[in-house]
Amino acid sequence: MSAIYILWLRELKKYTRSRTQIVASLGQPLLYLLVLGFGFGPVFQKAGGGSYLQFVAPGVIGMVVLFTSIFSGIALLWDRQFGFLKETLVAPVPRLLVMIGRTLGGATVSMLQGTLMVIVCLIAGFRPTRLVLVPLGILFMLLIAIVFAALGVAIGSSLQDMQGFQLIMNFLVMPIFFLSGALFPLNNLPKALAVVTRLDPLTYGVDGLRGALIGANHFAIATDLGVLAVVAVALLYLGAWRFSKIEV
Amino acid sequence: MIRVEHVVKKFGDFTAVDDISFEVQTGEIFAFLGPNGAGKTTTIKMLTTLLPPTSGTMELNGLNPAVQKEEVRKQFGIVFQDPSLDQDLKAWENMELHGVLYSVPREVRRERTEMLLKLFDLWERRNALVKEFSGGMKRRLEIARGFLHTPKILFLDEPTLGLDPQSRNQLWTHVKSLNETEKVTVFLTTHYMDEADRVAQRIAVIDHGKIVAMGSSQELKERTKTESLEEAFLVLTGTSIRDESASATDRMRQMAQMWRKR
Repeated sequence: MSAIYILWLRELKKYTRSRTQIVASLGQPLLYLLVLGFGFGPVFQKAGGGSYLQFVAPGVIGMVVLFTSIFSGIALLWDRQFGFLKETLVAPVPRLLVMIGRTLGGATVSMLQGTLMVIVCLIAGFRPTRLVLVPLGILFMLLIAIVFAALGVAIGSSLQDMQGFQLIMNFLVMPIFFLSGALFPLNNLPKALAVVTRLDPLTYGVDGLRGALIGANHFAIATDLGVLAVVAVALLYLGAWRFSKIEV
Repeated sequence: MIRVEHVVKKFGDFTAVDDISFEVQTGEIFAFLGPNGAGKTTTIKMLTTLLPPTSGTMELNGLNPAVQKEEVRKQFGIVFQDPSLDQDLKAWENMELHGVLYSVPREVRRERTEMLLKLFDLWERRNALVKEFSGGMKRRLEIARGFLHTPKILFLDEPTLGLDPQSRNQLWTHVKSLNETEKVTVFLTTHYMDEADRVAQRIAVIDHGKIVAMGSSQELKERTKTESLEEAFLVLTGTSIRDESASATDRMRQMAQMWRKR
């Protein structure tokens, strides 16, 4: 237990010490929020979709949680490179606990970063419609964080060096974001796109966030919760398995 | 304390360690010498549960590293060839993290951290981030960390690589004194023959995965009819240069250097 705690604490300390990174990683989501939020606003309004800023804010919050959590997992590569990974792998601690500590740490850090984004959204003019449902929104952030922190650990354990990083970025992380419906509504999509969006776990996360924050979910909240929970368990399992296979 | 019998390690067709056998007594300082790619690090990896041997048996304090991994990990401390500190944490935080991972009780953890950081001249800098440390300080911190959980065996894989003579000298003085006060068995590899000559009670020379000679420095010199351990080493292992191919880790390290220069 104390091993999980100390590794979790490590992630937290590293996060709070990287102030530049905290600010820097809010940059891109901020562009999406402001440029798309206000740029598409008038068209979206005319099409009868309401305020696009209200619509896109949960998507952008989901994006921040996605990126932070998946990168916290991939940061395993840096630990491999700077050697710290070996320190944890020769310690008399089961690898599963090491993996859990890291994943929880990564998930916590993503929650903090997500919360920062929520504050930015509030400043930009976003307003949750029903305050009682905000805890539900936090639950969805947590689920997104766990799902993708575990996926990040699975990827970080499988890559040997940074060569594969661009590949992962462009063919996994960006598609997960763009196909999640973070930026567009899920109704009346072309068949192919509708199918792909349904295969993307983030879709259910963003949909759940939207349900909780602005009361505009596409699927039932129970479906969102169920899918995310199942995917979380599956990816934690995958992450733990990949992590147990690391050789140094 | 360490017993290795007919251990073989193959990577595909390549035999990295070819039927080696040796024993290390409790409290002994034992040096493993060999050219690059001779099988030193592979042997350490097998003894420290990071790699399973292809065949043969090993024992560490009566335990089998290939099977009783967690039990074995409590027995030893290790300083790897390349750094394994967390650069973004402070010196004491690295010690603390290690202590918790090795279930050292809080009180003992605090006491030993203080004692070891003082011994290795790092106490004043305990609150500095490790990335601000010089190469020598990092090495010292790693060795201090290796002693934190009072291991029975300490593995040192080329611990003095890239250090100046002053740091090397000081480092071995501390290791020797801890070897005496805490009765810890030391298993080391190095490329500096003078170090092996000075600190090790027994030396094994390994080349192409085989142990070609074993004994005290004096015995090796007598056997090869040479004056110094360096000469004895060259007689035993030849003078041709060994090249290792770059591993994924080496490539990563190059990338990291590029990144740090941003």
